[in-house]
This record gives sequence, C-alpha cells and structure tokens, in this order.
Amino acid sequence: MVIQPSIDRSNDWFWEGVNEHHLLIQRCSSCGNLRYPAAPMCGACQSLEWDTQEATGRGRIHSWIVSHHPTGQGDSRIVVLVDLEEGVRIVSNVVDAEYDEMDHELPLELTFRTYDDVTLPQFLLVR
Amino acid sequence: MTAAIAGIGQTEFSKDSGRSELQLAVEAVYAAIVDAGLRPADIDGMVTFFEDTSSEIAIAKSIGIPELRWTARTPFGGGGSAATVQVASAAVESGMVIAVVIYRAFNERSGRRFGQPRERREVIPSSMSPYMPFGLDTPAKIYALWFERYMYQYGVTNEDLGRYVVIARRHAATNPAAWFFGQPITLEDHQASRWIVEPILRKLDCCQESDGGVALVVTTMDRAKDLPQVPVRVAAATQSHLDSGDVLFNYHHADIAQFPEARSVGNQLWKSAGIGPADIDVALIYENFTPVVFLQLEAFGFCRPGEAKDFIADGQIGMQGSLPVNTHGGLLGEAYIHGVNNLLEGVRQIRGTAANQVEGAAHALVAAGRSGAILARVN
Repeated sequence: MVIQPSIDRSNDWFWEGVNEHHLLIQRCSSCGNLRYPAAPMCGACQSLEWDTQEATGRGRIHSWIVSHHPTGQGDSRIVVLVDLEEGVRIVSNVVDAEYDEMDHELPLELTFRTYDDVTLPQFLLVR
Repeated sequence: MTAAIAGIGQTEFSKDSGRSELQLAVEAVYAAIVDAGLRPADIDGMVTFFEDTSSEIAIAKSIGIPELRWTARTPFGGGGSAATVQVASAAVESGMVIAVVIYRAFNERSGRRFGQPRERREVIPSSMSPYMPFGLDTPAKIYALWFERYMYQYGVTNEDLGRYVVIARRHAATNPAAWFFGQPITLEDHQASRWIVEPILRKLDCCQESDGGVALVVTTMDRAKDLPQVPVRVAAATQSHLDSGDVLFNYHHADIAQFPEARSVGNQLWKSAGIGPADIDVALIYENFTPVVFLQLEAFGFCRPGEAKDFIADGQIGMQGSLPVNTHGGLLGEAYIHGVNNLLEGVRQIRGTAANQVEGAAHALVAAGRSGAILARVN
C-alpha cells in the first residue's frame, strides 16, 4: 500500500528516472551544486540551468523508523534517512531486512521495487 | 514593540463540539472582544492560519463587525502559531488598524483528524512526493524520523520523554479548562501506553486531537492601557524559516539532532526584547510530540544540547522549577488548538490569572519552533 507520488513539471524527470531504475539528483549546470528535493533555481549561484547526476546508490543510514501504525492502517515499512555518498540526504526504505538489523551509519546499496503500479528507489543492507 | 494583547476568549475544549467550525470561531472571537472590554465595531483587523476553514468575512458578518481593513493568514500550521502575534502586532504598530483579532478554531477530532494515515489514493502535493510514498503517511512517522536521530545522538530514551508528559499532565490535572483535568498520569502509565512509532513515540507522547476555538485581541499599548484587562505587552515576536529546513520533513540540515529554526527564533527574541533565557518566568512550548519540547528547551538556550532530559528529570520545568513549562498542560494535556491556546496561557500568566499561576510572572515565552513571542508585564 504505497501513496502515489504527485508528478508535475517540477519532478517528472525524477520519477521517469526511477521508472527506468536510475536515481537522479538535480545538479546546477553552472556551479555543480547538487540539490534535493528539486528546486527551480540554484540557491548557491541563482542559475536556472540544471542537469542531473546519477547517484552511485551507495549510502549510509542516518536515522530510521518502522512505519507500522498501531491500528494496522497505512504502511508498515522500515523508513530511513539515507546519506548518499554524493552528500545528499534522501528518504527511502530498507527492504529485505529486519528492524533489529538497523543501525546508524550502516552501509546501503540501491535497488528498485515496484509496489502495485508505483516504482520506488529502495535500499538493501550491504551484507 | 508597542503592541499589546488586550483580550482573550475561547470555547470549551472537547472531542466533539457538536457545532460548526465557524460557530467555534465566532464564539471565541466574540468572547475575546468582550474580555477586552470592546464592542464588535472596535475590531478592524483579523489574522488566522492559512488552514483555518472560517472566513474572516463570515465571522465579521455573524458578530456584527462592520468593516475589516486588515486581514492576513500565517502559513506553517502550528509552527507558525506565534507568528500570528507578529503579524497582528505589525498591523497595529503600523497605524493601519486599531484592533486585530487572532483566531483559530476547528473540529480537529470530530472532523478532519490530522493524525490519521493518508489514504493511498489521496492526491498529495508534489512537494511531498520525495517523502510520503516511502511510508511517511502520518505526522507521528514524519516527525519520528527526525527525533530518532536526536534521541540516538544524545542517548534520550522514551522514558525520558515520559518525564515531560507526567509534568504536562500534572499541570493539566489542575487546569479546569484542560481536557485531562483531574487526570494526572505516572511514568508507569506513560510506559504502558501503546507504541505509535516504536521505539520513539508512545500514544501519550502525541498531542491530543481536539475540537475548540481560541482568540486574542491585539491592539496598541496606548489603547490597551485604557481597557479593563491588565495589558500584556508583546515584547518581541518573530519567525525563522531556514533555507536548509522544512516544516514537516526537517531532515536536510547537516545536524538534525537539533532545531536550528527554533535556535534562530530564540536569538532574535532575546535580541529584540533585550532579555535572555534566565529572564523567562514561564515557557509555553508547542508540542505536537514530546521530543520538540526537548529540542526547543535546548534551542532556546535553557539548557545545552542533549541536556533537556536532565533539565526535565531535575524538576526544572515543574511549577516549583526554575522554568515552569506548559502550565496549562500543553497540547498533550489541555487541548490541541494548533498552538494558539499556548498564547492564551501566556497572557493569563502575565495577567496573573492562570489556573497554575507562576507567582509574579513578568516574562512568558511562547515557543512554536519556527515562530515565537515574548509576552511581558507592564511595569
């Protein structure tokens, strides 16, 4: 049971990338600054020009929770803040792992999973 | 600043008000006008939250306020609750209007509940697309991902959080307006309440969902001095929204084991009011969830980073402590009126009329994370 992302002109490129199993980070064409979430202008140099850099998919756990709701409604997944090695912090899930395996700074590697009709970037513990 | 709060009004706080949100707003606004010793025709401005469902015109029409010449709405939900005072104060200090009513009223328990999981088919704003599809479908989960890092970094346990809740509920227990009036809890009760986000938040770490309305009248100090209530000076009021921050998903600061927006609000308030943390007699601190009290105690400089758990365990935030906190019971104990009920408690403390009165309170801090105000007694 996954909430569907809302896709518009600000983020269609990101979700198209995800559907093709690429995790793309917005990069300023002028100064190279990476930004996440996406934004129209570079806050460092004010350029409107940007392209993307594909994440290597390597990262580490910054924090995590289990999204189990006590009434059983909604999602129940391991939700993590991931520090990508590019220096960007994103929200994702760790899959194929148990809650008690989680720890801060554990190394992760990128994978992709499709839930019903929604594809998401997900992470595996590097074992 | 030269603005003052001259009147406050509220409805009862409940889980099912049995009436419309507009009626709650009208009742609270009218009560505040009467409390200020004013007539409806004396009000010429209104400020509320961006999210409030009651229109300024509908309220004015119903109460008989003939003309509004200033309206403004503040964004950022409860985090912006103290910003309403900044906006209303700016209006009266500019001379554009004479008296502004701030209001917030909703059926947040019997109507749309903020705490319920989002439906899978609900259309979310695209700005939430980087977060919500990953399972962050309730405020508790959204905030817990931030708190987890704080608790890890400083070794804060859920039992530490419970020590705050025991005090908030003790304060609510002796506040007749509080939903949890007469219902104190023990740390054992807290530890026995069910997990909402294990091992971060239990049920008793979450604010209530409440029905109710509250309102305040802001005018100039010159005018407030001629009105019946003890005038409460707005010594300072400000906001902070940092470029690396976010209202709900505050995950992108380099160090998230702190609350940088609240730290900036504090620094601005101290500078503007010409006082420091040691001068605050009572603090009303927004808590949608218990850890934000800890983060704000540290951000406002009442204790050092990571030391809020010790500050609380030492009894500093109780009625006999160095800094009584949430003397009305807070949003956990009194009611969740989106933080605006904290402003009313600040006013009561300065007037000397609070149910749990801090003797001789001269400076009250109302802290809402990304907004804040210092309310002061006039000497």
